[in-house]
Amino acid sequence: MATARRPAVAGWFTMDEEQPQLLGSRCTACGAVFFPKQESFCHNPACAGGDFEEAPLSRRGRLWSYTTNHYQPPPPYVPRGDAHRPFAIAAVELEAEKMVVLGQVPEQVKLESLRTGMEMELILDTLFEDDEGEVVVWKWNPVSEADGR
Amino acid sequence: MAGAAGEVAVLGVGMHPWGKWGRNFIEYGVHAARNALADADLDWREVQFVAGGETIRNGYPGFVAGAAIAQALGFNGAQVGSAYGACAAGTQAIATARAHILAGLCDVALVVGADTTPKGFFAPTGGERQQDPDWLRFRLLGATNPVYFGLYARRRMDLYGDTEEDFARIKVKNSQCGAQNPNARYPKAFGLDEVLASPVVSDPLRLLQICATSDGGAALVLSSMEFARRRTAKPVTLAAVSTVTPQFPNTHLEMPNFATDSAAAQRAPALSFRDSIARSAYEQAGLGPEDMDLAEVYDLSSAMELDWCEAIGLCEPGEAARLLRDGDISLGGRIPVNPSGGLGAFGEAIPAQAIAQVCELVWQLRGEARGRQVEGARSGVTANLGLFGHGSSVVVRAH
Repeated sequence: MATARRPAVAGWFTMDEEQPQLLGSRCTACGAVFFPKQESFCHNPACAGGDFEEAPLSRRGRLWSYTTNHYQPPPPYVPRGDAHRPFAIAAVELEAEKMVVLGQVPEQVKLESLRTGMEMELILDTLFEDDEGEVVVWKWNPVSEADGR
Repeated sequence: MAGAAGEVAVLGVGMHPWGKWGRNFIEYGVHAARNALADADLDWREVQFVAGGETIRNGYPGFVAGAAIAQALGFNGAQVGSAYGACAAGTQAIATARAHILAGLCDVALVVGADTTPKGFFAPTGGERQQDPDWLRFRLLGATNPVYFGLYARRRMDLYGDTEEDFARIKVKNSQCGAQNPNARYPKAFGLDEVLASPVVSDPLRLLQICATSDGGAALVLSSMEFARRRTAKPVTLAAVSTVTPQFPNTHLEMPNFATDSAAAQRAPALSFRDSIARSAYEQAGLGPEDMDLAEVYDLSSAMELDWCEAIGLCEPGEAARLLRDGDISLGGRIPVNPSGGLGAFGEAIPAQAIAQVCELVWQLRGEARGRQVEGARSGVTANLGLFGHGSSVVVRAH
C-alpha cells in the first residue's frame, strides 16, 4: 500500500505534521475571522467587505463540550474498518478567536479522560485509508500534563 | 386584540398519525388536509391559497409539496406556494399563509406538510459535494445530528449540573402524554430504568432520548378573522409567527456548521439565536412567557427540551432541570411542556412537525386533548429551529 498522506479537504488546514493549524480567513475591512474560510463576502451585516487574508487559527483551546459516535455515521462518512469503533467528537473554544470549532478526537483517547474546560491541541490524524494512501484530517487531542503550559 | 400585525383564525386542524408507514408523503398530506377541512367544516373548493412545507427526500413532488398535495386534492385554481426551512419548514408555510391572509390577498388558506423518511440517521442528499457543509460534516467529522445533541447535553451537565437521570425523566414525562395521543408513533409510557438501559448513541444521550425519523402529515385551515366570525364566535387564533434568523456573530453552535462565528472582532448579540426565537413571537403577540399556559418545543433530544424551556423564557439559564424536578413542566404543573408527547413520542416528520406543534396547541386550547389535557389552557407557544438559521415560533390563543 502506498503511504502518501493527503488532506481530506483542500485548504482547510496546514499539512505540518508537528504544528498543524486550521486555516480560516480574515476580512480585511472589519477583521472578522471565519472558519471554514469565507472568500467572497463578509458575513458581518455592517461590512460590505469582499477581500480576505488567510488566518491560521490558534492551535490550542479549551474543551467546550464533547460527545461520541457509538453508531457508525452514514455516508459520505467513510468507515475506518469493518467494525465500527466508537470515537469522540470535541467542540473546542479558541480564546483569541472567541469561537468554537468541532473536530474528531483520536480513537485512542478515552471518553472518560475528557473534561469540559481542559486544554486541547490540534493534531493531524488518519480519517480513513484508500488505495492511494492515508487521508488525513485535523483532530483535537488533550494536552498531556507533561506538555501543559 | 394582540400584537400589531393582527391575528388569523385557525378554523381547522388535522393530522395523519406518525409512524414508519412507507407510503407516498402525498397520501399523508391529503389525509391531514381532509381532516383539517372536515374540522373546519369547509369545502376544499373554498380554499384560496395552499401553502406546502417541502420535503427534500421525496423527489420533485417533495420540492413542490403545496402543488403536489393540491393536485391530489383536485386542482381548484387556488394560489399556491411551497416553502422550505429544514425543521422549520412547517412554520415557513404557516408564515406564508398568514401573510397572505393579513395582506388581504386571500380569506382562507390551507397549510400542509407531510414526509416519508428513510430508515436510520438523516444523511445529506446524494452526490459528492465538497462545498456543502452538510455533506462535509459527515465526511470530515462523522457529525450526525445526535452528535450536536450530545454536545449540547454534555454542556448542560458540566455547566449546570444536570444529570443523565434528568434527561431520562424528560423522556418518561413526555412518554406518559404520548401514550394518550392517537397520532403519536410511540404511544407507550416508558419507565426510567428502561430509558437508562437503552444503548448510548452520542454520549450522554441514549437511543430512547433521541428523536427518530418518522412519516406523518399535519394541516391547518387558516382564515381572516372576518371570515372566521361568520362561522364561530370564538375562534382559536395565531397571535404571532416568528421566522427570525440569527444575528451576526452567531455564537450558537448549529448543525451543520463546523464552528460558531467568531465574536472577537464584533461583539456577540445580547440574545443568542435560540433565545431570540420565541422572544420575537412574544413581541408580535404583545404577550410574554408569563402569559403562556403550555408549550410545544423541539425535543430532538430529551436534554434539548431543557434548553428550550430556558430559551422561551420559562426560567433563567441553567434552571430548567429544577423546573423538571419540581414538576412545573409536567401535565398538571405550572406550564406543561410537550403535552403532545413531543418529538420523543412522535419522531420527526420534518415539514409536518412545526405544523403538528400548532395542531396540538389548538386541540389543547379547545379542550379537546383527551387524556393529556392542560386544564383551562388559554395561550400556548411553539418553538423550533431549522438548519441554516431558521427560527420558528408560533403563539396560539383562545378567545
